[in-house]
Amino acid sequence: MPPALSIDRLVKRYGPLVALDAISFSVEPGQVAALLGPNGAGKTTLFQILTGLFVADSGHVSLLGVDVARDPVAALRQLGIVFQQSALDPDLTARQNLIFHGGLHGLSRGDAAARADAWLREFGLADGASKPCRQLSGGMKRRVELARALMTDPALILLDEPTQGLDPKSRKELVETVFSLARGRGLSVLWATHLVGEVVDADVVIVLDHGTIVGQGTAPHLLAQTGTATLEDAFLALTAPIEGGNLA
Amino acid sequence: MIRWLRALEAVVRRDILRFFKQTSRLVSAVVRPALWLLVFAAGFQNVLGVSITPPYETYIPYDVYMTPGLLGMVLLFQGMQSSLSLVFDREVGLLRLLLTSPFPRAYLLFVKLVAGTILGVVQALVFLAIARLAGVDLPDSAFLTVVPALVIGGFTLASLGLLLSVYVKRLENYAGAMNFVIFPSFFFSTALYPLWKISESGAVWIVHVAQINPFTSVVEMIRFALYGQMAWQPTAITLLAGILAFLMAARGYDPQKGMLGSKSQD
Repeated sequence: MPPALSIDRLVKRYGPLVALDAISFSVEPGQVAALLGPNGAGKTTLFQILTGLFVADSGHVSLLGVDVARDPVAALRQLGIVFQQSALDPDLTARQNLIFHGGLHGLSRGDAAARADAWLREFGLADGASKPCRQLSGGMKRRVELARALMTDPALILLDEPTQGLDPKSRKELVETVFSLARGRGLSVLWATHLVGEVVDADVVIVLDHGTIVGQGTAPHLLAQTGTATLEDAFLALTAPIEGGNLA
Repeated sequence: MIRWLRALEAVVRRDILRFFKQTSRLVSAVVRPALWLLVFAAGFQNVLGVSITPPYETYIPYDVYMTPGLLGMVLLFQGMQSSLSLVFDREVGLLRLLLTSPFPRAYLLFVKLVAGTILGVVQALVFLAIARLAGVDLPDSAFLTVVPALVIGGFTLASLGLLLSVYVKRLENYAGAMNFVIFPSFFFSTALYPLWKISESGAVWIVHVAQINPFTSVVEMIRFALYGQMAWQPTAITLLAGILAFLMAARGYDPQKGMLGSKSQD
């Protein structure tokens, strides 16, 4: 089975600025991969390339063996996305938003409605399903968006700083939901964040800084590499400016 | 194939749903042209003597002359509205959702145009019914014969709106941009007065502007279609303008050009 996501020497420049400098990594099926990076590391640029919104200057991205640049439509079909900024129609209900999304993925209305109801129930959103989304709390909106990303049975879920703006309780709930889904259903996840605490249980951690990968592996591997006791410290050590960051 | 139609249906449904939720928009879509018809037609009925030019076979009252222009206006406002809704979608993040659906980008933009065109045609037909009730003398068959012209005109004006949405990034800039498009398009056209009338008054430059204004073609196409006649040249110009605007808009939304959203690095 090909990797859920495979990135090979990906480069993206904005004029003189190199946003992504030949990065490579892969996410195996069923893995939760954490993409850690401070603001400005290139996480969002990477996500824009993965979702076909931007095109890379060179390098390859493939989803379950499908090249994103060559066949974006087939690649997008495999993908569930939770964007950094909320992306719900505020005037439609949660259910209407989900059914709309199902249609955009070519599901029939009946099928989309059934899936929407099932996921809203699973996420405890059945009560809020008939309210316009602008009336939902930040945590509920995020769960609606996660439900939406899942309803098309994607092979890989992309989460772009999904807990941004959430209170600690909603944040914790969202983290638990994603990990239990990944473990229970064998879902592959790529989770971008700068909050290390969210992803300590990830199968693989990729640390991105200034467009390059400065660390990659399991959490224990990164701790050993940096000689630190916590993933947080390892992250800080890896992303520290060069002169102060000579490790171990 | 069925998947493509379902995506189309989803977008059209959402736009219709949104349209009916915005009561003010619903009301103004009908009231605006009706007011123009009432006020202008009454006020100018005897001021502007409109002589016989095709498709008219006899002297016509001003309200009859004005109706095609107002039908065009309905389409024009809807075209701007649908591009406004795209700018709104960009602000609430839904444009990303749309453009990351598993379909070619040009198709997704086309689908938005179809939704805008359907809304425009329906509003125009409602206005036509109001005009008839208000006593404007038009043939019964007009309701049927005008539909293709409304579809083509609606598509073209929605395309032009789509093109505008490439360049207008923020919702708050939109009112200004709309004024810049809607009012010149409307006034520098044959919507309110025939071209010979303008050239008679010596304003030759206005005639030239009106002649190259695609909105003039939309209005003339509709004018002839109301009488079951085909105006080949205006139809061709309208179609050409619509296709060109769509191609340019699709290019503007191309990720290679990076027109989408911000170029933020993170």
